[in-house]
Amino acid sequence: MSLITLDRLAPGSCAVLRALKNEDLMRRRLQELGFVCGTKLQCLGRSPGGDPSAYLVRGTVIALRQEDCREILVEEFAKGESPWD
Amino acid sequence: MGLTKGSADLGELRIRRKHENDLVVALAGNPNVGKSTVFNGLTGMHQHTGNWPGKTVANAQGYVQGSHRGYVLVDLPGTYSLLAHSAEEEVARDYLCFGAADRVVVVCDATCLERNLHLVLQILEARSDVLVAVNLMDEAKRKGITPDLALLQERLGIPVLGLVAQKKKSLAALPALLDTYVPPSSLAKVPPIHYPPPIEAALADLIPLLQAHTTERQSPRWLALKLLEGDTSLLGELQWQLGEEVLSSPTLVTALDTARERLKTEGFPPETLADTLATATTLAAETICKDVVCENASSHSKRDRWIDRLLTGKYTAYPLMLLLLLAVFWITIRFANIPSAFLSQCFEGLLEWLTRLLIHLQAPEWLMGLLIDGLLRVPLWVISVMLPPMAIFFPLFTFLEDVGYLPRIAYNLDRPFHACRACGKQSLTMCMGFGCNAAGVVGCRIIDSPRERMLAILTNSFVPCNGRFPALISLISIFLVGSGAFSGALAPLLLTLCILLGVLMTMAMTKLLAHTVLRGAPSSFALELPPFRRPQLGRLILRSLLDRTLFVLGRSVTVAIPAGLLIWLMTNLTIGEMSLLHHCADLLDPFARLFGMDGVILLAFVLGLPANEIILPIITTTYLCEGTLMECESLLEMQTLLSANGWTWATAVSVILFLLFHWPCSTTLLTVKKETGKWRWSLLAAVLPTVVGLLLCLLFTQSLRLLQQI
Repeated sequence: MSLITLDRLAPGSCAVLRALKNEDLMRRRLQELGFVCGTKLQCLGRSPGGDPSAYLVRGTVIALRQEDCREILVEEFAKGESPWD
Repeated sequence: MGLTKGSADLGELRIRRKHENDLVVALAGNPNVGKSTVFNGLTGMHQHTGNWPGKTVANAQGYVQGSHRGYVLVDLPGTYSLLAHSAEEEVARDYLCFGAADRVVVVCDATCLERNLHLVLQILEARSDVLVAVNLMDEAKRKGITPDLALLQERLGIPVLGLVAQKKKSLAALPALLDTYVPPSSLAKVPPIHYPPPIEAALADLIPLLQAHTTERQSPRWLALKLLEGDTSLLGELQWQLGEEVLSSPTLVTALDTARERLKTEGFPPETLADTLATATTLAAETICKDVVCENASSHSKRDRWIDRLLTGKYTAYPLMLLLLLAVFWITIRFANIPSAFLSQCFEGLLEWLTRLLIHLQAPEWLMGLLIDGLLRVPLWVISVMLPPMAIFFPLFTFLEDVGYLPRIAYNLDRPFHACRACGKQSLTMCMGFGCNAAGVVGCRIIDSPRERMLAILTNSFVPCNGRFPALISLISIFLVGSGAFSGALAPLLLTLCILLGVLMTMAMTKLLAHTVLRGAPSSFALELPPFRRPQLGRLILRSLLDRTLFVLGRSVTVAIPAGLLIWLMTNLTIGEMSLLHHCADLLDPFARLFGMDGVILLAFVLGLPANEIILPIITTTYLCEGTLMECESLLEMQTLLSANGWTWATAVSVILFLLFHWPCSTTLLTVKKETGKWRWSLLAAVLPTVVGLLLCLLFTQSLRLLQQI
């Protein structure tokens, strides 16, 4: 399985967070919200303009902009594979 | 729309104890976990609440009586962590870590305990006298989440209490717990977070050096961590707390350098140290939560996701937003007329009765004029015109707010605001502006980046506040909507168009500012979309009536009384043949005509600076004093009066445009000064909408004239 940036994760798909490359403040903010390595994420959908997108992280829904997601590396789960087990 | 009594109070927090042995209890927690609801329930105060992160923008304090001592409760703004990003969070952090609080109660959301524990663990690292209140237990239960609080208490080693903050009975347990609580000595406790062994070793080296200098409340372990991490935002505060000589003492400096050097060789260089610490905290929260929360994942937020797909869907989001806006206005306009007419009838009767009474008492004519036309008529007009729409509009808006719709608006509108190089949260402060622009300006504190915050502050008055709605509604109903078959639907539609124009102008101005005065790249953005909550209708209506409607009404009446007097004086003081008021109006008249208005209208806008609510009453009062008509209560009479003074639908359009875009009220200007620290920003906030309004009016009037000539 290869790494993709979070913005390329399609709505409905799940992934595991592998690396945060955002600048300091945003990286810290994301960590507080539960985005740390190994965390499971699900893309819930995109806002009507196509950006930002909503992600399910540790039971909460967080909206992030595409440009911030480009700095987040995730490993996508294959289709049909449920990450929540 | 966080307009409450407390929101205008921006000063520094001064603790008011009633007795010497009263304890100061800080309420901390993530945004939107119900801190304000806990605070209100315990203190009986009306700090504004709502289902969106960041509405508590100013610290509030209240008093709770325990069995043998009292507690001063301090409601802190929500934070995700002790690392401060915005000015807002810095306040909360300094208060928690260094402030005067004797106890800290961390309010947590039972539906997402794990994220909340992150903050609990961080605070627990900094101090030991911490209690946890897990709120929204009922909400969690509905979602099939049942946290084992006894286990949580055992794992954390501090008291944990389950709460349903809306229920008084459940809240009473909190002061009772505080009564019996004995804080542990800071040295006895077990560290809540375990870091990788090399970091623990470094800490073990540093702690003894700090121990001698810390007070009982300061945790040497936390201080050592912060020093290792080199958090620059804390350095000043640390210096002040510990004393310069401690921080710069050679032993400590050498020890820190050695520790950092060693960590570097062991794979923890300074640049990733903070990440390691944050990750450890998250993982510690995860470990604790794994056993405490057994959640039935299948039922979890399935309904929420379905609603979200509708409210934020590609094809449904914008139409639904428009429909909701339209529905709110339709209900407001449709149902406000009836009580409005009733009230004005009552007041007319009252004034008539008073007049007869004064005639009976043989009061001099000037006194009658002063009392009835000067003192009473304008405020009564304001009440009969403003109270009904507000009493309908505010509860409706509070409903949308409590359900959790506002963050969805921010989510939907982030793209356009982003394109204007601003923050999506600006749409939240814009929504607050619909209630009151001053409150909207204060609300801008939720925006982290100073540049984006300034953009939001300066453009806030481009959306009409509640003070302008009644006038807009009246003018639209009188001049732009006939009595045809569709008139009932046309008025809300036109009002919605006005709002859309305001929103568009907000974006255009934001973009203009972002490319000129406030240049810069848009900052990053992370917005939580909270779960939908079922609002309690009874409380909602009561609160929106008490906190908002009466507050706004009170303010406008207070302004209306002196304004009414001033106008009465100006109409009755004559220079030569004409009253002072008409001299002023005549002076402004040629200028005003350029923009499709007349001198009286422009003068009313100038005199209406204290509050927009009184602009229309000033116009009618001024016309009335020419003696053509004596009263103007119903819309029909107002139409007759305005038409008699040369108003056409074109005049109405110009006035509506200028109502939408002109200088904000004096309260808002004052608030801008307070929030930005400089009068020149207030000036800009006044000049921008005025120029836009005048340009639009000029464009409209002159092109209409051209068309009519052809």
